[in-house]
Amino acid sequence: MASTDATPAAPDSALADLGAGLDALQDASGGRTPLARTLLAKAVPPLAAVTLVLLVWQGVYAAHVKPPYLLPGPVDVWDSLHQQWLQGTIVSTIWTSLSRGMLGFAVSVCIGTPLGLLVARVPLVRAAIGPVFSGLQSMPSVAWVPPAIIWFGLSNATIYAVVLLGAVPSIANGLVSGVDQVQPIYLQAGRTLGATGLRGVRHVLLPAALPGYLAGLKQGWAFAWRSLMAAELIASSPALGLGLGQALENARDQQDMPTVLATIILILLVGIGVELVLFSPLERWILRSRGLLTVRR
Amino acid sequence: MAPALTETSPGGALGTVQHAVRLDHVSKAFGRPGSAQTVLEDISLTVTPGEFVCLLGASGCGKSTLLNLVAGLDRTTRGSIEVPGRRPALMFQEHALFPWLTAGQNIELALRLRGVPRAGRRPEAERLLELVRLGGAHGKRVHELSGGMRQRVAMARALAQDSAVLLMDEPFAALDAITRDVLHEELTRIWAETHVSVLFVTHNVREAVRLAQRVVLLSSRPGRIAREWRIDLPQPRRIESAGVADLSIEITDHLRGEIRRHGQH
Repeated sequence: MASTDATPAAPDSALADLGAGLDALQDASGGRTPLARTLLAKAVPPLAAVTLVLLVWQGVYAAHVKPPYLLPGPVDVWDSLHQQWLQGTIVSTIWTSLSRGMLGFAVSVCIGTPLGLLVARVPLVRAAIGPVFSGLQSMPSVAWVPPAIIWFGLSNATIYAVVLLGAVPSIANGLVSGVDQVQPIYLQAGRTLGATGLRGVRHVLLPAALPGYLAGLKQGWAFAWRSLMAAELIASSPALGLGLGQALENARDQQDMPTVLATIILILLVGIGVELVLFSPLERWILRSRGLLTVRR
Repeated sequence: MAPALTETSPGGALGTVQHAVRLDHVSKAFGRPGSAQTVLEDISLTVTPGEFVCLLGASGCGKSTLLNLVAGLDRTTRGSIEVPGRRPALMFQEHALFPWLTAGQNIELALRLRGVPRAGRRPEAERLLELVRLGGAHGKRVHELSGGMRQRVAMARALAQDSAVLLMDEPFAALDAITRDVLHEELTRIWAETHVSVLFVTHNVREAVRLAQRVVLLSSRPGRIAREWRIDLPQPRRIESAGVADLSIEITDHLRGEIRRHGQH
């Protein structure tokens, strides 16, 4: 069959159908797994792990490896929590710390983001303070407590200073690595579309760097929370209000081991809670919308 | 980051301009002066408004570099490039769509950056998606689209820039042969409908003959214009047709000749 060049390749509608057929054949979207199964797969393993830890703890307690005032059992700790709940102190203690942590984190984001952007995009700034930031990130923020107390006394300023010094470098570094990992093709595409200067930052660079930035935010929160606990533990004064760190210090003062362990569990739970409620859904949403989340079976 | 464009005739009077792209003795070298490697040498080429030109060459002939120069992503070492009117649109081998936006939002961003007011963006994006036959895809995420669909959206996004020149850097090289064939036909149709000038880079001889009005063969290292052919076969052509095959054989012989010269010394 000798097709001449004058023969139309295909009628227009046939070409449209052909394209649609190809698209349908290559459609990769699959079904969703049912919610109940997802919950089962996600919730059962951690619950089993917690149960196992409690069982081992109870076993060690029952075996009297250490006297009960040094190693109370799970039931004693639960009683302490229950007691605090009845007294109504538990919510206000958590709230004092959580609100400090959140405020400190928010301020850190406001400072760390422009700073990170500067380090990432201005070579001179990067050469000057880039290494300092990486160094600061590995510095334990508890080291900032003594100078902060000398500068600011036993005040909220001390606590926030320590939180900021802990969280800002993490957030800035996260943004820098996020920007560094942006594929050059997106920047090129942005430039050909006319997204240069600040418009390029807003429409291309920042959205492209978002996954790395979010990882930085997550770590920034972890550092903020740790720094806050360190600050509260050391800079503890009745004038400052009772946060989890101070509660922990008070319980140690009174040799109240069940309350010490109960408070540690609360600190842990707040950290996990913020991760689960705030960062985990945000991260999943960002990764899923970009097709970066592979379905785990 | 300033765009290295030597564009925009004074007043932007397109009516008097006889060319969509004009390269005048363009050379490009990379590296330090002295030890620089010349990638492109003395390229002079004019694309007339509405013309479809394919730049053909083996790997390393600098054809992508040439396209980047025309796109304003890089500066020439010598010579000048004139692109009257808007900044030219550029399509890459990778779709380069932004994965944080839907297909439609990608197009709307291009419209926004072009200065289209908010109210006009959505209908215009829908129109462009219809043009590339992806009418229902406005809300689709990039990763939900097949390779062929992504390149169609990329084409719609490039057209959203409403520039007189569309630069294409091997845009179909990563697609399977069947999809590529369909997109050749779509590109031919869209080119005829929009009267855009196309400068299309490829190493695929048949693709060049299938699409172009003019095929320009580049030699390698440094890239120079070796020869050019005017393709008078009527559109739409079929890549399997005897006319395309005959010309492809002739051009391939010349391409091989160019490559062979490099093996001799």
